Amino acid sequence: MELTLLDFLRIDFPALLAAVLACAACALVGNFLVLRRQGLMGDAISHAVLPGIVGGFLVAGTRETLPMMAGALLAAALAGVLIEAVRRLGRLESGAAMGVVFTVMFAAGVVLIERAAASGVDLDADCVLYGQLETILWLEPTGWGSLLDPAALAGLPREVMTLGFVLALCAGLVLLFYKELKITTFDPALASTLGIPAGAFHYGVVLLVAATAIAAFEAVGSILVIAMLICPAAAARMLTDRFAAQLALSVLLGVLAAVLGYGGAAFLPLWLGAEHSLNAAGMIAVASGLILALAVLFGPRHGLVGRRRGLRRVRASATPASSPGPAVLGGEA
Amino acid sequence: MSAEALTGGIPLEELLRVLFFQAGFNTAVVVAGTAALGLAGGTVGTFLLLRRRALVSDALSHATLPGIAVAFLIGAALGLPGRSLPLLLAGAVVSGVLGLLTVQALARHTRLTEDSAIGAVLSVFFGLGIVLISYIQNLELAGQAGLKTFILGQTAAMARGEAIAIGLLAAGAAAAVALLFKEFRALAFDPGFAAVQGWPVARLDLALMGLATLVTVIGLQTVGLILVVALLIIPPAAARFWTDRLALMTWLAAGIGALSGWLGATLSALLPKMPAGAVIVLVAGFFFLLSFLFAPARGLAAAALRGLALRAGYAERAALVRLLAAEGGAPAPVLAAPLRLALAARGHLRGGRLTGRGRAAARRAERNRRLWERFLIDHPTLLPGQLRWGIDDIDEALPGDLVRLLEERDAQERNALARQAPAPGRLAS
Repeated sequence: MELTLLDFLRIDFPALLAAVLACAACALVGNFLVLRRQGLMGDAISHAVLPGIVGGFLVAGTRETLPMMAGALLAAALAGVLIEAVRRLGRLESGAAMGVVFTVMFAAGVVLIERAAASGVDLDADCVLYGQLETILWLEPTGWGSLLDPAALAGLPREVMTLGFVLALCAGLVLLFYKELKITTFDPALASTLGIPAGAFHYGVVLLVAATAIAAFEAVGSILVIAMLICPAAAARMLTDRFAAQLALSVLLGVLAAVLGYGGAAFLPLWLGAEHSLNAAGMIAVASGLILALAVLFGPRHGLVGRRRGLRRVRASATPASSPGPAVLGGEA
Repeated sequence: MSAEALTGGIPLEELLRVLFFQAGFNTAVVVAGTAALGLAGGTVGTFLLLRRRALVSDALSHATLPGIAVAFLIGAALGLPGRSLPLLLAGAVVSGVLGLLTVQALARHTRLTEDSAIGAVLSVFFGLGIVLISYIQNLELAGQAGLKTFILGQTAAMARGEAIAIGLLAAGAAAAVALLFKEFRALAFDPGFAAVQGWPVARLDLALMGLATLVTVIGLQTVGLILVVALLIIPPAAARFWTDRLALMTWLAAGIGALSGWLGATLSALLPKMPAGAVIVLVAGFFFLLSFLFAPARGLAAAALRGLALRAGYAERAALVRLLAAEGGAPAPVLAAPLRLALAARGHLRGGRLTGRGRAAARRAERNRRLWERFLIDHPTLLPGQLRWGIDDIDEALPGDLVRLLEERDAQERNALARQAPAPGRLAS
């Protein structure tokens, strides 16, 4: 199969753009999950929204985005409330509370899908799990010039528009509340004593994650959403100790994973002589996993290799012959 | 979701036939195998829950997918016909364990926390599995359609031999928990103590996760890898509401798991289009909801009733004490109607005045309150956790010599106060 410019612009470009936007938005909000030790919240939300998506679809009867997103947001909020209720009132640990709530809600969603299928509606769990990047098309472009042509740009697929809006919203909120987010993330108790409502920010972050995840589902599926919420942020955490640097790095790594993964899924098999491309959402998740693995191994200060070398240096300098003792403390060594 | 709406279309006779293993040998075996799976999930899950490892098994189950896909490719390369289940499950074990070890390594050796490690492993392994499956689909090999049933599960596809094998393995897992019960108990409640006592804690942890792997893998086909974790979490979480005793909780979790498997497999045998895993999880979720609301030990209703009884007890005693004070000249308290009725029903109050019994009860309540107060002031570090201070009889709650000590101190204090305070008559003038 020959790859033409027009094919690229019409088929691959919009899908790649959607993936990049989704990954950047998820990676940005994912930082707060990773730093607040709420990594499982992404897992729970992305499973629990299934009944909401299907319910919104069944109620509205169309594949319009709005009812599905409303249903999903409702389901995410319900899941949050239920998890908190089971945890507080039932006195279960939070992992178990999440496990109970999201599995039951996901099961309800699967059963709803089958009910919908029975009444002759085409909707399956697959598109929720792995998304439908491959179906995002942009029919307007006639060449590179179309990228600057407002009329053609107005015809960009709806998913891309939604994701662009969500990314802008996330970035805007993070910039606006940068100081508050930073302090409530690292020291909620101090934040409360300073009069910053740490509890409100906790729920705000969860809500923002839910909104981002839901916007991304449609394009890239729930598995990729979980990967993108966790992996780039975790990789950035291995690379830096500074909050601002971590935010920027995670977005960068998310975009990198999207480009590498999409390329690996769409173009690599063709170049290697295979006839079909691979699943792009899955490949992007794998790419983000590889990036995380590299960061874990070779991170400059916290990576496993670097830390071992650092330990050896400390041991060498701690041998009695070379250790001047108190002088080290004084900073003169 | 209404189970009634689902069963609405099914004749009751048919339901009963499947429920009691009368609907042909095959269905009976599948239903029994699924019940055994639920039983194993409940027993193993009890210790995972208490060890706070519940969601680690979620990473484990998602991580099985690439192994299944690779095993399928190996099978195809070796020329095995269609899908060979033992090979696929072996692949699932290998990659599941690999995922588990990755979670542990990330959480132990890096600055990442366990929740991030779980999320990363779960999504990346699953993503890899999806990529491999999309590759397999492109190859158009025979039997590849069966791979996707592992994601959401399907009992209808289960052959008789497979169901029997699942039942036996599940029974084996439950038996292993029974054999290691004492060891797992020490591990779940106090791993540090267990280590000091000489138990091989690391190896026991490994055994527990090994059993979880076994349950996950044999559950893949029936329940599917997304929901199999529910078998390990929901039954023990439901059982937790009924009791504080570990042995009882394990039995209950096993029972709830088996019942969910049995009922769920029955329902899905009648509704062949319904994914069995989802039905089983919904049945288990129904049992969880029942337990959460109505279990007598820790359920919501019971807790609310206990709270209400506690308040009523406080109000009653406070009312008695104030009535007694009113007889000594203090202003008479205004009592709410239900409180008056309750006191009258106990024979403490007649015509708005304390009876003899009421007076005695009021004195007891007054003394009890004072001594509890003394105790809380003098020994704030000794607070007994399981008692209702101020309501429970202090003579039964605390040792006799301590109560006598409190009484002495209380008397001294009151004497001292009486000497300091001016006589009430002079204050009034």
